[in-house]
Amino acid sequence: MIGEKLLELVIRFSGISAILFVLAIFLFVFREALPVLTSEKFSVIQFFTSIEWYPTSVNNVRYGTLALIAGTFSVTLLAMAFAVPLGLGGAIFLSEFCGPKLRETLKIVIELLAAIPSVVWGFIGLTVMSRIIVKYTSAPVGVNMLNGAIILALMAVPIIVSIGEDALKAVPDAYREAGQALGATKWQLVYRVLLPAAKNGLLAAVLLGVGRAVGETMAVLMATGHAVHIPHGILDSIRTLTANIAAELGEAPVGSEHYRVLFLTGVLLFTITFLVNLGADLVIRGVRRK
Amino acid sequence: MNLNQVSRMGVVAALTVCALLYPGCSGSNRDAERAGAATIQNKGSDTMVNVAQAWAEEYRTVNPKVDVEVSGGGSGVGIAALIRGTIDIANASRDIKDEEIQQAKANTGKEPKGFVAGYDALAVYVNRTNPLDEISLEQLAEIFVEDGRITKWSQLGVRIPDVRDDTIVRVSRQSSSGTYEFFREKVLHKKDFELGSRDMNGSKEVVELVGNARTAIGYSGMGYANSGVKMLRIAEKPGQPGVPPTAETTLNKTYPIARSLNLYVLGDPKGAVKDYIDWILSNAGQQIVEASGYVPLSAKKSAR
Amino acid sequence: MPDTGKTGGSRFSKTEFAERKERVQNLARWLFFAMAIAMIIPLLAIVAYLLVKAWPSLSLEFVLDVPRKGMTEGGVWPAFVGTVYLVFISLAVATPIGVLAAVYLNEYAKDNWLNRTINLAVINLAGVPSIVHALFGLGAFVYAARFGYSILSASLTLAIMTLPVIIASTREALASVPMAFREACWNVGATRWQTIRSIVLPNSTSGILTGVILQVSRAAGETAPIMFTGAVFYKAIERGDIFAYRLNEQCMALSMHLYTMATQVPNVDESVPYATAIVLLGSVLLVNASAIAFRAWLRSRKKW
Repeated sequence: MIGEKLLELVIRFSGISAILFVLAIFLFVFREALPVLTSEKFSVIQFFTSIEWYPTSVNNVRYGTLALIAGTFSVTLLAMAFAVPLGLGGAIFLSEFCGPKLRETLKIVIELLAAIPSVVWGFIGLTVMSRIIVKYTSAPVGVNMLNGAIILALMAVPIIVSIGEDALKAVPDAYREAGQALGATKWQLVYRVLLPAAKNGLLAAVLLGVGRAVGETMAVLMATGHAVHIPHGILDSIRTLTANIAAELGEAPVGSEHYRVLFLTGVLLFTITFLVNLGADLVIRGVRRK
Repeated sequence: MNLNQVSRMGVVAALTVCALLYPGCSGSNRDAERAGAATIQNKGSDTMVNVAQAWAEEYRTVNPKVDVEVSGGGSGVGIAALIRGTIDIANASRDIKDEEIQQAKANTGKEPKGFVAGYDALAVYVNRTNPLDEISLEQLAEIFVEDGRITKWSQLGVRIPDVRDDTIVRVSRQSSSGTYEFFREKVLHKKDFELGSRDMNGSKEVVELVGNARTAIGYSGMGYANSGVKMLRIAEKPGQPGVPPTAETTLNKTYPIARSLNLYVLGDPKGAVKDYIDWILSNAGQQIVEASGYVPLSAKKSAR
Repeated sequence: MPDTGKTGGSRFSKTEFAERKERVQNLARWLFFAMAIAMIIPLLAIVAYLLVKAWPSLSLEFVLDVPRKGMTEGGVWPAFVGTVYLVFISLAVATPIGVLAAVYLNEYAKDNWLNRTINLAVINLAGVPSIVHALFGLGAFVYAARFGYSILSASLTLAIMTLPVIIASTREALASVPMAFREACWNVGATRWQTIRSIVLPNSTSGILTGVILQVSRAAGETAPIMFTGAVFYKAIERGDIFAYRLNEQCMALSMHLYTMATQVPNVDESVPYATAIVLLGSVLLVNASAIAFRAWLRSRKKW
């Protein structure tokens, strides 16, 4: 019986491990970043409001992340402009308009689409997509916000579809039957009944897609052109918070100010994705309670 | 529970798992089989990563017992890792800084020692369709420096065919790159780059991007040229004749932005690391430098 | 509707309103169908395009051979084996922890604040950006735990990344075992653990396994977390050598190899990076497709 008690302890500990890992990640990244907050050369106001990112300048080191934050949000926003209609449309088609055989096939395709590694997406952006963009737009360079957004959209769509479909499936069939009894067409049913009924779940699907897009690293590193400035149009190159860490992390001597500022942007990223995921979770839970 | 304890707990948990895992995976007969074997960790400059890879590949035929692990990341990455004592040889396409020597001494108690393994001319690339052939260092600086005056090709008296907007697309490198620092020191005189340039993560990426963009200009090692780009002749001062980046102009120092490719180790090299560096500096190693598109140490060989 | 009222049957023919309704309905159906198709086309187009571009270099030899001539020729064997090592070790670490955690959440946990926090933690762990995992891996495993840049550090970083999804899929598999099975077992006097070991786990093994196999693609495809913890640009190993790496050494990985081939290696035939992408994409899709097929077969066989 001691053996079993011990085993239960191990199981309990494993259960708590998820909390430990999340805490460990946050605290570790935060601890590495912490000393820079009290450093004289660093100012929190500059960190959030300046677009000047000169981490290795000889004369005047500046750590302004505003351009990086703007880059992250603009490319995410544009990606969502593509991915949300596609993803929700796909989810509606899957759950309301197609037969079970086609549904199974489509779901497998979507699952495979979700499995494509981000570095392959980045490679596609760097090679294929950039040539297409140069050919059909006036952009001087093919690696830019539009390129990154298309790639991110394709990466986020599978998440939005699968969570969105779950949300639509969760709407009780009685709603559909009532609607049909009143003579509504499928489209009217979707538009007037299902969308309002499943709106929380669909919102959660979109939020999880946003989380994916904000956190994506390799694809945006390779596809967005990596230029520090506030974008003026969708054909401008941008740099995101994630790509910036990936490009500069190895360089910064351990314990240097630059190293710590990069960890601080890591904390910022962690916080953003944490809030987005928390939001999605609360929204989903709101659905369950009903 | 304070901050430290929690993070330590995480590490302890991970450690336990590793301890369970480790013995199973490094079989003892395998260790015996590799007696006299050594692993050399080699990290740093992206400019040098290809030649470093070619050395490692060839050295395998010289001494199969020695494993060389090559990684890129940038000269700064390599030197940072050397300071930390996590690697054996750092590749750098720039010279080590005084503060880095001090840090290395403080951290490891040993002084970094450098070897020049070859030379590289930092070439300035434009698209093949660009009519420009020559540029002065001053013009180059005005294009790339913070608040520089040159932003359009027309200011250089150049008309790019079939292009409506002739704004210069600046292609640069990420700040960990030795190439970036070398360019900043030699061309911008330690002033900062204008933000908004496309900062590529690899030397090849720079050349590829320039090859696909008519209005782009970028800098990268001379070994990376491809059919979509051309290298500009560089004039030290406006009016002076431009010098093309070649092995000859690099060695006789007439090309203004040539640099040495350095290997840094901690203290005097010993054992396998010493053998490896000696081999790199020997004829066999130097031939590989030339084959990779760089300039070997000996002038005679490069004269061809 | 000009002839309304002339014949008796027209009273039941379609009214204008009904026709419009139907048109909208059809339009909607086609619109949503187009949206769904828009998801499939990219997958097919991408795979087809990559295949065409990669064709000149693709062969079994490409997988089995080591990179040669400064990585411009030869194959991807060291990267392939490296990826297999990373995937295997990371899943070997993550699976036991993940399965036990899922057992706890599904079989032991009551609905209280602690377990709600665990659920939240699992969800958020799944949402942590891969680059933040890299920061953690570098700080915790490479430096704090002193594993250095190694397969061990990289695998552990990947393990934490795959953990939440393994927990989620295992929970789903456990939850699909009917409650009646457990109750029957408890009724004959078995303890909680005995029930889990002899009834719950055996009945969900295959479901758990599928979930784990699906994570192979995640671990194999990630680049950012291993770039800073244990993946190298190049390491010389023998052609076809399966036992090429040890835990404390660094390794090449397919994802990293694709990144460096695309951004760093010059003068390489265009088909080589594409072929690298196909090897990575192909193995990932193959593993996933077989896991999905396995799952479908299991579902069709299920007795309850």
